[in-house]
Parts: sequence; C-alpha cells; structure tokens
Amino acid sequence: MLSRVADSLYWMSRYLERAENTVRLLDVTMSLMLDAGGSNLEMRWQRMVAALGKPAEMDWNGSIEEMAQKLVYDHLSPASVIYCLNGARENARQVREEISTEMWQRLNRLYHQMHLPRAQSQFSANIGDQLSTVIDGIYLFKGTTDTSMIHGQGWQFIRLGRYLERAYATATLLEVYQSELFPPQERESSGYLHLELVGLLRSCTAFEAYCQVYTADLSPERMLEFLVLNRDFPHAIHYCAEGMRQAVDGIQQTGGRRPPEELKAAIGKLCAMLGYTSINEILAGDTAGFLHNIRGQCLHIHELIYRFYVHYSIQSALTV
Amino acid sequence: MNAGHPVELEPLYGDYPLDQAFDEMRQPGGEVRPQYRALAETLASLPAGELQRRKQSVDLAFLTQGITFTVYGREEGTERIFPYDLLPRLITAQEWDRIERGLTQRITALNLFLRDVYSDAKILADRIIPRELVYSCRHYRRQMRGLQVPRNVYIAVVGSDLLRLNSGEFVVLEDNLRVPSGVSYMLTNRRVMKRTFPQLFARYGVRPIEHYPQLLLATLRSLAPEGRPEPNIVLLTPGVFNSAYFEHTYLARQMGIDLVEGRDLVTHDNIVYMRTTDGLKRVDVIYRRVDDDFSDPLVFRSDSALGCAGLFNAYRAGNVTVSNAFGTGLADDKAVYAYVPRMIRYYLNEDPILPNVETFLLSENKERKYVLANLDKLVVKAVGESGGYGMLIGPRSTTLQREEFARQIEANPRNYIAQPTLDFSRAPCLVDDRLEPRHVDLRPYILFGDKVNIVPGGLTRVALEKGSLVVNSSQGGGSKDTWILE
Repeated sequence: MLSRVADSLYWMSRYLERAENTVRLLDVTMSLMLDAGGSNLEMRWQRMVAALGKPAEMDWNGSIEEMAQKLVYDHLSPASVIYCLNGARENARQVREEISTEMWQRLNRLYHQMHLPRAQSQFSANIGDQLSTVIDGIYLFKGTTDTSMIHGQGWQFIRLGRYLERAYATATLLEVYQSELFPPQERESSGYLHLELVGLLRSCTAFEAYCQVYTADLSPERMLEFLVLNRDFPHAIHYCAEGMRQAVDGIQQTGGRRPPEELKAAIGKLCAMLGYTSINEILAGDTAGFLHNIRGQCLHIHELIYRFYVHYSIQSALTV
Repeated sequence: MNAGHPVELEPLYGDYPLDQAFDEMRQPGGEVRPQYRALAETLASLPAGELQRRKQSVDLAFLTQGITFTVYGREEGTERIFPYDLLPRLITAQEWDRIERGLTQRITALNLFLRDVYSDAKILADRIIPRELVYSCRHYRRQMRGLQVPRNVYIAVVGSDLLRLNSGEFVVLEDNLRVPSGVSYMLTNRRVMKRTFPQLFARYGVRPIEHYPQLLLATLRSLAPEGRPEPNIVLLTPGVFNSAYFEHTYLARQMGIDLVEGRDLVTHDNIVYMRTTDGLKRVDVIYRRVDDDFSDPLVFRSDSALGCAGLFNAYRAGNVTVSNAFGTGLADDKAVYAYVPRMIRYYLNEDPILPNVETFLLSENKERKYVLANLDKLVVKAVGESGGYGMLIGPRSTTLQREEFARQIEANPRNYIAQPTLDFSRAPCLVDDRLEPRHVDLRPYILFGDKVNIVPGGLTRVALEKGSLVVNSSQGGGSKDTWILE
C-alpha cells in the first residue's frame, strides 16, 4: 500500500476517534454541570479542557452554550469536533479509491449533516441531539468499515490509528482525573462524588461494562484498574495497546518484507508494562507519572510508525 | 404514437422555440423525431411533479456520493455537484456508426502526425503544414524529438468534442489529446439513469458503456515496457485540489490500480518507484492526469511540486510508459486543428469522414484582416486554452471586449484562431418540470492501445443557461446521459 495512503487512513481514523472522544467528554461535562447547581462550572470546564490536551482559546467565558458551540463548531480550532470531522473527511477524500463507497458515503453524510446551516444556528437548542448525531455517525462509519472494507493493510492502519488515539486520550483523561478520585479527606458522602465517578466512566463508555465486572460498587482503585489494565474492554489502555500490536502484526503479514523490529519492540514494551503491573503497584508509586509515561510511549510509537512506514529513507528501502 | 398528434405533450413544453438550429428531439414542424417517441410518451405519462421528485433524489445521491468537482476562483463552496439533466440524449445506430468511423480515422491520423513531427517531420518537409506553426506551438516539446514511444502510441486516451450543425451533420470542434476529463460523469450518468428510468432504458435497447474502465486498463497494459508481463500500472493525479480529482479516484478504483501523487514517486537509476508501506515498488505504466508542464521539474517547469523529478529520463530510457505521451498538446492546438483534414489525406489517403469547423488562422494576413473586420460575428479562441477560457463570442461581446481582443490579436496573432459563431444543436432539458431546449455537444472517449476502441456513448455536455453556447463544466455547463441505440 502507498505510504501516503496508509498515512491518510491512519489520520482519518485518529481524527474520528478524537471527535468521538471530544463529543463524549463534552456531553458528560455538561450533564455534570446540571447537578452542580451552578457552582464549579469553571472548574469542570477547565478539567475537561485539560483532558482534551489543553487546546488554546478554550478558556471559560461563563456561558456553557457558547463554549460548547465553540468546541463543536469553531472550525479554526484544531480541538473542535468540526475540525476533526473535516480532517477525517479530507483524509478520506484523498484515499477515496482505497475505502469502500459505503464508508465514503457514511462519512460524507455526517459531514454534510454537520455543515447544514441550521445545524449551527440552532445548536444551543438541540445540543443533545447534535452530539448524538456525531456519535451515531461515527459508530455507523466504524461498523461500515468493518463490514465493507477488505481486512488488509488499509484496515489495519485504521485500527492502528484508532487504538493509538484512544490509548493516548484515555491516559490523558485519567492523568487529569486521578488526583480528584482520592480526595485528601473524606470530603463528602453525598451523591456528588458518585456522579463524578459515573461521569468518568461514561467518558469512556465504561459505566455498564464496569458494573458487569465489579458491580455498581464504584471504587476509584477498581475504576483505575478497569480503565488502565483490563484486557477485554475496548476503551481500556491495555486493550488498545494489544490492538496496536495486532494491527502491526496484521500489516506485516499482508506485506511485510521488512520486519518492523523497533516498532514491535516499543508496542511490546507497552503491552508488557500494562500486562505485568498490578493496580496496587501503580497506586503505591507515582500514579500521574505512570499515566504520563504511557502517553510518552504512545508518542514514541507514533514516531516509529512514521519512520518505518511513511518517511523512510530511500537507501533503506532500495533492496526490496 | 401518431406523429401528427403530439398534443398530449403540449403541457410539457415550456419556452420551447423551434428555429433553424437542429433540435435533437423535435422536427422543425414540431413533431417528435421517431427515436424520441418512447421518451416523449414516458414523460407524458408521468404525474405532475414526478420528474422533479426523481431529480431531487438523484441530487441527494450525487451529494452523498461526493460526485463533485471543484471550481477555481471562488472562495466558498468550491465543491459542487456536477450539474446534469435528467433526460437522455439519443443517437441512432447509423449516426453513431459514422461518428465511430470518423473518430477512428481522425485519431489514427493525429497519432501518425505526432509520430512524424517528433521523428522525421516529413509532413513539414512536404509543406503540408507550415513549419513555423508547429515549432511555435506552446505545447511542442523538443525533448520528445527522436524518442521511441511504446507501440508508437502517443495518444492512448482522447476525448473529441463534436457538434451537430443545422443540417444534422456532426462536425469536430476540437480534439483533447492531453488529459481529457469527464469520462467518470459519463459512467455515473448512466448508473443514475438506469435507476431513474429503468423501464424506458430497457425498452430502448441502449448499447453498454460500463466496460470503459476495463478497456482503459487493457489499453494501458498493452503499452507496458518490454519484459514486464505483470506491469504495475498507476494513475498520477495532481492531488485533491484538482478539479477532476473525483474522476481520478473513480477511475483508479474502477480499474483497481493505485492513485499516486508526485510525492509518492521517486526515481533511481532511471527507474520509477512508488513509496509503499513495504518499501519501494517499481512502477511500469503511468496514466498521467498531470499536464506536461508539471510532470518533471528537471525537464519541464522547475517550480512544479506535482510531478516526479527524473520521470522524463526514466521515460526516455524506456523503463516506464507514460500515457498520454508528452508533447501531444501540439496536435490539439487550435491552429494545428485547422490542418487535421489535410493530415488525414496526407497520412491515410482518405477523405475525412467527420468535417472540421471552418477556421481562420490569424497568423495569415488575409484571414486576420477579415476576422478583425468581423469580430462581432465570429468566435475567437486562444489556441492553447481549453475549458472555455480565453474566448470571445462575437455576437454576445461588448465593444470594449472586442477592442481588447483585437489588441491581443495584433500583438500575438499566432495565439488566436477564429471560427464562425455556430448554430449547434439543442436538446430538451428539464427546467422546472417543463421541457426547454438547450445547446449540447458530444464528447466521445477514444482509447488507443492495440487498436482504436470507442465505447458507444460519451458525455453530452449541456449549456444549462438559457441561450448560452458554453458547455464547459467550469463555466456553468452540465451533462446528459447519451444513449446510443442498437
């Protein structure tokens, strides 16, 4: 597969994953704000912005409608949902011949729905509907991808982008939240902490899955264990790391005349770390540092993907 | 249906003048031509609003499928769906037979001309075509002199524009020998029409065109370098900002080949490679949709980032086939065009089957004098332009525009030609649930590998604006599906 095409598929997938993550965080944050009774709006907004990687120009201005509109529709801000969707579609458009017509139509439809003039002008009246439109569109796109596209290299690059983006996003989210999960004193036994915890799980679509594994008894330790170390839950970091490993193996199987040693080592290291560390070890040490380290490894893996598949030197490849 | 009673059709006609211009559907007296009767009956039988409903559903399908083109020079909304008309344009078997023979003859001669000019230049030595006309052409490529191209095929993919005059006869307006576009719209139109008028389509017995991508692939394969039995064929696109990008992706997908951009290609030891995730892979045939000028910064324009450095040398070494060849724009220069009938006689010793449009060469003193005195009656075109740019339509021009063109002609007469303002044919189009006639042309697509192949059909382009004579999509033109009847 052409390097440029692989690059576009990878970014198409990352952009969609990012849009989905942003929408879900926004949705959860807005519903938490309802319960907070007007206090702490700013703190919650800033926390969400931090979980999105602290994009510029997203400082709280006092109006949640305006801020939400900005986060969804400000096409100049790289953090906005519309920016990510435009990026995903633009990448898809550049590899139009690689993806199936069904995928393209699905993505194109979502794009046009978001660009309807009334979608933007009536946003504040239908925030919930609008956010569901995006999430639904992306879910449909993923389903269409899995059912209509050949599961070859292109598909594996889509998976690689998805899992890398998701692992990074989950690690960032937990890094921001981890200090608040364990309040220094027993701050309150009221329902607010419970709401916060549920909110965190919902930010990763993890509430119901968590309950199936641990029952509805929400404990911060278990939540961290679930979101970082679980092998079977698709938004857990460990699951994502294994997903990256499978994708790279898949890429090598379908083409693979050059074994990507360094890349496999980097992903293998992340998988091993997540597979052989217990939650107690993580909590006993520097939890924030541990999560930060995961983000660093993700960035390193991204660089290796580029160095190996996209921006390799001609000398290194002439022998093929 | 009785030709004498087209009465039930009357409510369908909007502003439908019948004058000296040939009407594709109706005879001068108003009766419907025999081949259009079934279409007319179908239209008359549809309930009011039904045509509009079908049109809207097609619009939506085009938009979600991203069947769009990009318009240059506009800030917003640069992506638009390709305008089309819902009613097919019908061409009878006899008419098509003549077109097919005429184009085969013409393309064969043009290819011989290119081969001749870039090797011995006998036609110039024999003074059939003036030397200075050829060597002053902006698209002449001296780098092609003496270069052997595979199978001597310079123009593997051609789209020629035909018009139908008042007499009902088809004439060739121009040949597009560089990177003709629009074939994806021909194929898409057909798919849409089959879905919109299934019964009518079945009733007519229309010759198929859907195998075009396969024919194109076979043509490209037949031109592969020697000793490459499983050639790696790619389509080279300028990229996503090109107005025909949809077409490039469409054709690559339909042929199952890689769509590459210049930045995907590297050359090493006169071999072209593409960068893949598995390393470098050799490229054997390039279906080129990038103009000569931008193809190789080492040989052509050095400021181009769209091509591939070293491509031309690899081509010259015979390690890669590039189609169409470089320098083919020489033969679709609008001044060289005037000599095509003479080429046909010279190389094939035949009379041209499809005539040319009368053309005045402004480099000839006598003809220039006539043209400058009659600018208000003629159409003036820049010889190297296409897409409806650089054109003066005399009868619709202002004095100021004519003065401007006269100045430009005096300054550089070789750069312009003039033709009479043609009264070419009109076909019925759907305008607000009624039929109105609009000017149409016809662009069939010709493939030239082992032999000349023309899929029975083409893109009928429509000047959608009332009274307009310009059919180019960049200037508000649309298209129609073209049905060649058995």
